[in-house]
Amino acid sequence: MSNFSVTTPSKRQKWVAGILVTLYALITLMPLVWIIMTGFKSSADSIAYPPKVIFSPSLEGYVNLFTSQTRLTSEQVATTPPPATWYDKLVRSHQMVIVGPSRFGQRFLNSVIIGFGSTFLSVSLGTLAAYAFSRFKVPIKEDLLFFILSTRMMPPIAAAIPIFLMFRELGLSDTKLGMILLYTGVNLSLAVWLLKGFIDEIPFEYEEAALIDGYTRFQAFYKVVLPQAATGIASTAIFCLIFAWNEYAFAVLLTSGNAQTAPPFIPTIIGFGGLDWPAVAAGTTIFLLPIMIFTILLRKHLLRGITFGAVRK
Amino acid sequence: MAEIVIDNLRKDYGDFTAVEASSFKVCDGEFFMLLGPSGCGKTTTMRMIAGLEMPTSGKIYIDGEDVSGKPAADRDIAFVFQMFALYPHLNVRNNIIYPLKSEGMPRAQINKKLAEVSKILGIEDILKRPVGGLSGGDRQRVALGRAIVRDPKAFLMDEPLGALDVEFRERMAEELRALHDRMNATTIYVTHDQLEAMQMGDKIVVMNHGVIEQFGAPQIIYDKPATMFVANFIGSPSMNFLRFAGKVSPNDTSVLLGEHTVDVPRQLAAHEGGLVLGIRPEHIILSDDGAYRAEVLASEYLGTNQIITLNTAHGQIKARIRADKTVTTGANVGLKFNSAQITLFEEQSEKAILSELNEGVLEDG
Repeated sequence: MSNFSVTTPSKRQKWVAGILVTLYALITLMPLVWIIMTGFKSSADSIAYPPKVIFSPSLEGYVNLFTSQTRLTSEQVATTPPPATWYDKLVRSHQMVIVGPSRFGQRFLNSVIIGFGSTFLSVSLGTLAAYAFSRFKVPIKEDLLFFILSTRMMPPIAAAIPIFLMFRELGLSDTKLGMILLYTGVNLSLAVWLLKGFIDEIPFEYEEAALIDGYTRFQAFYKVVLPQAATGIASTAIFCLIFAWNEYAFAVLLTSGNAQTAPPFIPTIIGFGGLDWPAVAAGTTIFLLPIMIFTILLRKHLLRGITFGAVRK
Repeated sequence: MAEIVIDNLRKDYGDFTAVEASSFKVCDGEFFMLLGPSGCGKTTTMRMIAGLEMPTSGKIYIDGEDVSGKPAADRDIAFVFQMFALYPHLNVRNNIIYPLKSEGMPRAQINKKLAEVSKILGIEDILKRPVGGLSGGDRQRVALGRAIVRDPKAFLMDEPLGALDVEFRERMAEELRALHDRMNATTIYVTHDQLEAMQMGDKIVVMNHGVIEQFGAPQIIYDKPATMFVANFIGSPSMNFLRFAGKVSPNDTSVLLGEHTVDVPRQLAAHEGGLVLGIRPEHIILSDDGAYRAEVLASEYLGTNQIITLNTAHGQIKARIRADKTVTTGANVGLKFNSAQITLFEEQSEKAILSELNEGVLEDG
């Protein structure tokens, strides 16, 4: 064995690399950890200075996030029955009483519908378009592909005012359908380009074999091409979902009540006596979960999606 | 099983003509070879028979029925691709039964068919395996299994042995031929390997630049080439060409090669001008009393025989002679030709001149 190797790192190199990666992970994870911690703090602890790292955990933030409350006068305290559940007790200790669920659940549901709805539309339309571009003789194909790509050449929000006016005229303002269409429009170019790359890699012979085996062109597409494009479809879906899920600017601009998603809602959670930081942090934590789970489930595909095209087989 | 007739089939891609008005007939149960160098139109021809390409003009008949306009799915033929095109997301079993599923065959019958086919091909023990990890030979067998499972009217094979290792090829070629004989299925097989074509085919079509050069049994194509292209493409080493100026007339039984008279099969046509005398290496005999002289340039020893490269007044030629004969490089030797096996070509058109040898053969091409 020589002391010199390009491919196998030495023990020291491994240590240095390990320390660097750990440091980087710590730095990037810090805000996330702080958010999660804040979610479990009491209101007083959350704004304490110097910041408290060690604190007694409380579910106050989560209770506040999901409920809407009102303050009781001392006469009312005397007349209301004693709190029945643990969260009732928690709220009552602040002289408050739960009067119903908050709007967070509904905003979260909006996010789910709009996020997954637009992802589904982007990926299904994108797959069909990518298949057509990959397999058929489309007139002015190159120009069309460039045109599709060019929709991503400026930040989507640059078109905010025309979109705002269009949505108002079409009655799409503050509707879930409007937001689904908007996010689909933004994501579609990415989906077409990504998926075209994946479909290009599937040899046409498989479809020809299916044609010979007695299947129609469309059957060949969904029975032979789709299963093999699964990796590409999964990674494209993650990219589309991440964008639609996290999108903030259009959501602020175009939604208010009916179709508002979680991102614009969370920062506006107001408690008594200023912003309710534990509730905001709790909302953020819950908001992060679906995308985290989705990404972890599909991480293998995602990795291949990111490095796709870098290495030719 | 079926008879396939190709009638004036033509395929253009824009200005480029891939196949030019080809006609031939594949008899029922025949093992039929489409042979030619790459880009000669043989694969395009087969893809048109399969229905993967639509002909620009011309007709294809399978069992008397015109299928030229029919989609591939309705032609009831099986295709074995060069890269096998096994569905990578399915295991061996599902790959093989895929065509049966499209017909909506009942489960019990599918299983019976699968058992039959896997027994013929000897792949019973790999049915549950994914196709990704299979060896080349097993992939080949699975591809064949998918083809034979539904008893199609004909098999089309596009260089099915091209992706295999050399040592494996020979065995698969034998297996293929044995399978064909057992099922007696009409098979059209595309290859660029003349040895493969000679070894396996009942009949061969030789194509070049989209044109059919010759069509017939391997022996006829080898012994009685219709064009210089065929003579050159088939056989290794290929036919020797001795170019000379002269003339032939009907009933001539010899030509004047330089100052030597060479006996040839009785000629049936006339031509004057550039002529080419074509003779296979094994029909040249080294003989001390031969009047036609040549210098030995090199000899390659091949075990049972040897190939001698000779320099003559009409260019370099090769002779195949017995291995035990000693030949020294640089020696001046006399040559004799096996006159019955000589073909004369017109130099300009590269076509064979009609003679007693190739009478009745040329019309086919």
